[in-house]
Amino acid sequence: MNQVLQLLLDGEKLTPEQIGKVAGLSRGEVEKEFRALEERGILLGWRPVISPNAELENTVRAVIEVKITPEREGGFNRLAERIARFDEVESCHLMSGGYDLLVFARGRNLHQVASFVSEKLSTLEGVLSTATHFLLRSYKEQGYLLDVTGLEKTRPDVSP
Amino acid sequence: MKLLDEDSRFLEGDVKETMKSDSQRFLAGHVRDLPKSGIRDFFELVSQMTDVISLGVGEPDFVTPWHIREAAIYALEKGKTSYTSNYGLLKLRRAVSRYVTGQFGVDYNPDHEILITVGVSEALDTALRAIINPGDKVMYHEPCYVSYNPSIALAFGEAVPVETSAADQFALDPAKLEAAWTPGCKALILNFPTNPTGGTLDRPRLERIARFAVEKDLLVLSDEIYAELTFEGTHGAIASLPGMRERTIFLHGVSKAFAMTGFRIGFACGPAPLIEAMMKIHQYSMLCAPILSQEAAWEALERGGDSVARMRDQYRRRRDFVVRRFNEMGLPCHTPRGTFYTFPSIAATGMGEKEFAVNLLREERVAVVPGTAFGPCGAGFVRACFATGYDQLTEAMDRVERFVAKPSVCHV
Ligand SMILES: Cc1ncc(COP(=O)(O)O)c(C=O)c1O
Repeated sequence: MNQVLQLLLDGEKLTPEQIGKVAGLSRGEVEKEFRALEERGILLGWRPVISPNAELENTVRAVIEVKITPEREGGFNRLAERIARFDEVESCHLMSGGYDLLVFARGRNLHQVASFVSEKLSTLEGVLSTATHFLLRSYKEQGYLLDVTGLEKTRPDVSP
Repeated sequence: MKLLDEDSRFLEGDVKETMKSDSQRFLAGHVRDLPKSGIRDFFELVSQMTDVISLGVGEPDFVTPWHIREAAIYALEKGKTSYTSNYGLLKLRRAVSRYVTGQFGVDYNPDHEILITVGVSEALDTALRAIINPGDKVMYHEPCYVSYNPSIALAFGEAVPVETSAADQFALDPAKLEAAWTPGCKALILNFPTNPTGGTLDRPRLERIARFAVEKDLLVLSDEIYAELTFEGTHGAIASLPGMRERTIFLHGVSKAFAMTGFRIGFACGPAPLIEAMMKIHQYSMLCAPILSQEAAWEALERGGDSVARMRDQYRRRRDFVVRRFNEMGLPCHTPRGTFYTFPSIAATGMGEKEFAVNLLREERVAVVPGTAFGPCGAGFVRACFATGYDQLTEAMDRVERFVAKPSVCHV
C-alpha cells in the first residue's frame, strides 16, 4: 500500500513533516501525495474522530433500515444516491438480508431526525418502509475505544 | 562536557556499588563473581531522569492483542487457577506442536518432546543446567542476548564466544566458528534474528554450521524468539536441517512476536530424553508455568497469526525509517533483516559507546544501550530499539542528529 496512506491509516497523529521524515519525502511531496489520493477518490476528506458520547448533548444519531423498490435499470442505485444526498445522512449502504439500505443519520434533536424520516425519506417514490433505531451510547468509534481510562505504562525504559 | 558523578561511575562500570558488607561471605563464589548486567546499570541512570525518549527497551510497545488478553480473562472467569502438568497444559503443547510444524517444518510429539517454560529465559537456563558438566564449553555468537554468558557461568560451564561483525551484517561466519572450536566444546547457542544486532543467517551458512555441529557432535540450543519478526526472506530453523533435529533443543516463546513479554511463556522442543531431563529441573524449580498465561499462549498460537503480521508490518516500516535516519546523520547502520533492534556504529563520533550513550542521555534525553552490554565486540556500537511510535521515533532521531552534529563531537 501507498506508504503515506498507510501512515494515515495507522492512526497516529503525524504532521506532514513527520510523515515526510518517515516516508523519506519532502513536505511538498507528501502534500502532492495527499492531492493524488484525493484526485483518485481514495482519500475522501479529513475530519477528526469525535467521541459520539461527547457529541450526544446536542446531536441525535439514528440507524435507519430502508426497504426500497429496485428499478429496471440501475437497480437500487438511483434511489440510494438520492437518499445519500440529504445532509442528515452520514453514510448509506446497500445491504444483503431483510432490508435494502442501511442509513446512518444525524440531527440536532429527535424531532429533526423524525421529520427527516417521515417527511423526506418515507415519502420518496419507491421507498416501501423504514425502521428507525436511535443510538443510545457508543463503545467504539472507527477503531477507537471510548471511555478507556488510559492504559498504564508498565514497560521499563531499559531492558535486555 | 563535565560528567556527573553517576555518569563517571557508570563509565567505570561501577554504578551503585553498595556497601561490601560482611553478608558477602554467605554468597557462592561463582555468583559473587558474576558481573552485573550493563543493561541494569544503564537502567538506573535512565530511571533518574524525566522526559527521556527511550530506544533502550527490549520489548514491543504494542499491548498484547485483545483477543489474547480476553482469553486470559475468560480463563480466570472459568476458575482456571490451579497448577498444570509439569510439562504444561496438553492442549498448549499440542498447539505448540502444530505451530512449530507449520512455521518451522519440524515435528515434535506433544506428549514428551515439548516443555512449556516461564519464558525462553527459563528454557535456556534449564537446558544449560541439563547438559553442562562443570567445565564443559558452550559456544555462542557475540554481540548477543545478555543472559547467555551468565547462564553458562551459573551452570558451571565455560563460555566460548565467537565474534560477529558489522562487515558481515552480524551473521555468524562459519569459518570463525570453526576456528573458535576447541576440544571440550559441547554445545552451541544460536540466536537468529539476533538481539541486539538484528543479524540473520542465510541458508548456505546455516547448512555449513549444521554440518559443523554434526562433525563435532555439538548440541545446538536455537533461540528462535525473534523468528516471526523476520522482514526479508524466510527464517530457517536449524532443527529442520538433515541430522539436526536429534541434536537441537528448539527454544521459542510468545514474548516478542505476540507482544506477550509479561505473560512469561516459552517452550522447549527436542528429543524426549533431553526434554525429560529439562522437565526434571523445571519440575523442582518452577513446578509449572502459570496457567492463565498458558491459556493466553494457546490463544496466541492458534489464532494470533494476523496480529503478528500486523505488528511485523509496523516494525518493518519503522525499521526502514530509523536505519535511513542513522545513515543520513553519519552513523553507519546496516539494515537488520529481523528483530526490532538497530545496531548503528558510533565510532565516527570519536566517543566510546558508553560515553556516547551517557552524553546522548544527558544532552538530548534519548536512551540507547551501549553495545558492550552485549559482549566486548559490541564496542563502538549502540543498540537502538524501534518498537516505539513514530511520534517518538521522529523526535528521537532528530535529537540524535542534533547530538552528533554538535561541534564537541569529533568526527574522525
Ligand atoms: C534473544 C533473546 N532470548 C530470550 C529472551 C527472553 O525472552 P522470554 O521473555 O521468553 O524469557 C530475550 C528477551 O529479550 C531475547 O532477546
